[in-house]
Amino acid sequence: MSDAESTSDAVVSNDAAATSTAIPGSEPVSAGAADRYAYDVVVVGAGGSGLRAAIEARLHGKKTAIISKSLFGKAHTVMAEGGCAASMGNANPNDNWQVHYRDTMRGGKFLNNWRMAELHAKEAPDRVWELEAWGAVFDRTKEGKISQRNFGGHEYPRLAHVGDRTGLEIIRTLQQKVVAMQQQDAIELGDPEAMIKVYAETTITELVKEDGKIAGAFGYFRDTGRFVLFEAPAVVLATGGIGKTYKVTSNSWEYTGDGHALALRAGAKLLNMEFVQLHPTGMVWPPSVRGLLVTESVRGDGGVLRNSEGKRFMFNYVPDVFRAQYAETEEEADRWYEDPDHNRRPPELLPRDEVARSINSEIKAGRGSPHGGVFLDIASRRPADYILQRLPSMYHQFKELADVDITREPMEIGPTCHYVMGGVEVDPDTGAASVPGLYAVGEVSGGMHGSNRLGGNSLSDLLVFGRRAGLGAAEYVAALTAKPVISEADLTSAAASALEPLERSEGDSPYALHSELQTVMNDLVGLIRRESELKTALVDLDKLRAREAKVSAPGGRAYNPGWHLAVDLRNMLLVAESVAQSALERQESRGGHTRDDYPAMSPEWRKVNLVCSADGAGGVSLRHQPMVPMRTDLLELFDIGELKKYMTDEELAGLPGAAAASGQEH
Amino acid sequence: MGYKAALRVWRGDAGAGELADYQVEVNEGEVVLDVLHRLQATQASDLAIRWNCKAGKCGSCSMEINGRPRLSCMTRMSTFEPEETLTITPMRTFPVIRDLVTDVSFNYAKAREIPSFTPDPAVKLGEFRMQQVDVNRSQEFRKCIECFLCQNTCHVIRDHTENEHAFSGPRFLMRIAELEMHPADTADRREIAQDDFGLGYCNITKCCTEVCPEHIKITDNAIIPMKERVVGRKYDPLVWLGDKIGRRAHKDTPAVADPRRK
Repeated sequence: MSDAESTSDAVVSNDAAATSTAIPGSEPVSAGAADRYAYDVVVVGAGGSGLRAAIEARLHGKKTAIISKSLFGKAHTVMAEGGCAASMGNANPNDNWQVHYRDTMRGGKFLNNWRMAELHAKEAPDRVWELEAWGAVFDRTKEGKISQRNFGGHEYPRLAHVGDRTGLEIIRTLQQKVVAMQQQDAIELGDPEAMIKVYAETTITELVKEDGKIAGAFGYFRDTGRFVLFEAPAVVLATGGIGKTYKVTSNSWEYTGDGHALALRAGAKLLNMEFVQLHPTGMVWPPSVRGLLVTESVRGDGGVLRNSEGKRFMFNYVPDVFRAQYAETEEEADRWYEDPDHNRRPPELLPRDEVARSINSEIKAGRGSPHGGVFLDIASRRPADYILQRLPSMYHQFKELADVDITREPMEIGPTCHYVMGGVEVDPDTGAASVPGLYAVGEVSGGMHGSNRLGGNSLSDLLVFGRRAGLGAAEYVAALTAKPVISEADLTSAAASALEPLERSEGDSPYALHSELQTVMNDLVGLIRRESELKTALVDLDKLRAREAKVSAPGGRAYNPGWHLAVDLRNMLLVAESVAQSALERQESRGGHTRDDYPAMSPEWRKVNLVCSADGAGGVSLRHQPMVPMRTDLLELFDIGELKKYMTDEELAGLPGAAAASGQEH
Repeated sequence: MGYKAALRVWRGDAGAGELADYQVEVNEGEVVLDVLHRLQATQASDLAIRWNCKAGKCGSCSMEINGRPRLSCMTRMSTFEPEETLTITPMRTFPVIRDLVTDVSFNYAKAREIPSFTPDPAVKLGEFRMQQVDVNRSQEFRKCIECFLCQNTCHVIRDHTENEHAFSGPRFLMRIAELEMHPADTADRREIAQDDFGLGYCNITKCCTEVCPEHIKITDNAIIPMKERVVGRKYDPLVWLGDKIGRRAHKDTPAVADPRRK
């Protein structure tokens, strides 16, 4: 462990410089002019995965820049509520990495990159404990250990949590760890920003390559509009998701798919972009907060879903593959909270894709709530003080935004766009993308969660693969003999294309185009998809792209949100096309991809990864790529009967059915 | 139930600016940030607003609404009369970058002066043992979303920029309290709380507590107990004796310097 470095208390006195960069000069800047900074590793994104990657790169002696589209500590990670999944076994000693691995693969319907799922399950506990040593204050068990809570798809209580604000705790801890390292550098090197520096409110618009390898990242400071070039042989993308391409979403404004689009344009590949998770429980009223997340912990802590007839409808929707693990009666489901070893789980805790589809079916059948959702009821099931202790943010959210007291009345909820499972194809061990020097981690990377992510597996994903990508980038840089050099010519076109929207006096408003894009994605590439609608979506996206090329954002360069949105739009359109094309191609229903016209899950399609690349003409092209067969020792963690539900006979051919059912060696 | 609201929004930059009048449509259930977004989308494309989550969780959209420091995403339009004119201005304590966006780097600078969490290095990963009752207080302070409304409202810096060097503001006095009350922390920040971070400047008017969107009892639970601890430390006869004969086991932890700043 190298965290001792940060925890020294040997310090001197004086005061500190701002975290955000001071930008020299407010004089008019020509298109090509850019500030230049040289780093070993540049991390684009300052959420959980970006900060964890930057910390690791710095711990390995690499000079590291963190580029944050927002202020330091505001990233979308703060929105994570429920917790961080890690099989520490604090709440149930039967838990271990193998059980977590199984749950993750089941949740992803076996489309996961199994090596990532394995590393994730094995390393998550250490990553959580490490946070504690960096100052995180998790809720405790009676023995004084980190408390763990139940969540959808997890066999045991597994989520380390802090009430329902776990994401905030994690981002604040990582932020404070960065500060602790800067304090150490102030003492040892005389400059807190000598080795790790945060560039707040800075947007990267293009990656720069030389000789086929990453050479840097180009962008602008939001406050002045001045361009900046970060020269670096390694860039870690940690930009999060794509939720802002949808109308009803739990995601914040930053989720414009920047990293997905940057990777595509730099020549990397996107994996399985059709898998978009709709979280089953978003607020549905008032309209202005439609989509805002209602944490899954409400269900983990005893809340149930009811339709307009007051019926707990989830019992009608347990699919065959999960029947063995979920209760058939309300009595059994209720007993499970007290005695999980002898009862099966309530069906409200099925993986998110199942619950979202079930809610959708109830609403379509006319059994929805007044504002077009269903009811989530914890008020009738748990005492008020328990609800206030376990779900304080939810209480305030409903009280202040909807005038609903969740300790006295049920909430109205419905599905909301929450997470993209698809993302940059990476090497599981290092986070390396196919372009040398490019890394991706967290939501922007693909593979880990297969077709559907389990709640709680995101925060642990950020930590496990954040560390691995930071390490991967550091080792890549260490092995280089020469650093790439960027020529001035490379920057001119990047600068010119960023400035275009400002210079046009006519053209669509970026706000109007964005709103139209969101409507297309919501209505035609949403929860339930069909061929005709997906084809219409692709035509509509084409038209939007033509209009985007002429978008106009009047005003100056200093903190001009219209201009910022115009620059983000091209990323959103590229990502939207990847999602729509992949969704049209995959003719089956699995996890976060439901096709009305192909409702079954197909073992043949399970063997197929859909891979998007830039087609050179501003769009994307798609190809099939076979899934790497799972290692035998991992296959043997499952009952052969269960595997048969997902895999083809030939895939299971060599597997000793008897051996799989009984003694494994792990 | 839509109506047109009258808005007076501060437009300008660090140099100069003025209140501009707008009429903007308002729909049922909306918050001030919704209405500002509609203003952006329909009339003022380049209106600078800082925001992220629109869910009261990130603390980005702090501003002053009719003079009151608020998160605009958590301020419902229904709390105002339809005929009322809303005056929306940037946080006054911090320098304006543009329109409603201010330069809050002061806060990040202060954060970096506070000695970080300092656990006993002998505790191995996974071996921290803390009771819930002992972490409740630190957890309350860690609910802070760093919206900096408390910093903005505190008259010690709001009305007296000359205090900025000597006073860290309620958010960071609370950070010190959080670390001091952390059961696994070993540093002692009591002396610097007073000498370097200006704990004594606080005269407990509780304005910070009043504006905190997370309803943290900053004054009662963080600042006042810190004042008591500082006094306890200063007038503890054993500490005095230990200092005199140079045999005190625990040293005060010094604040962190940034050598680049004069």
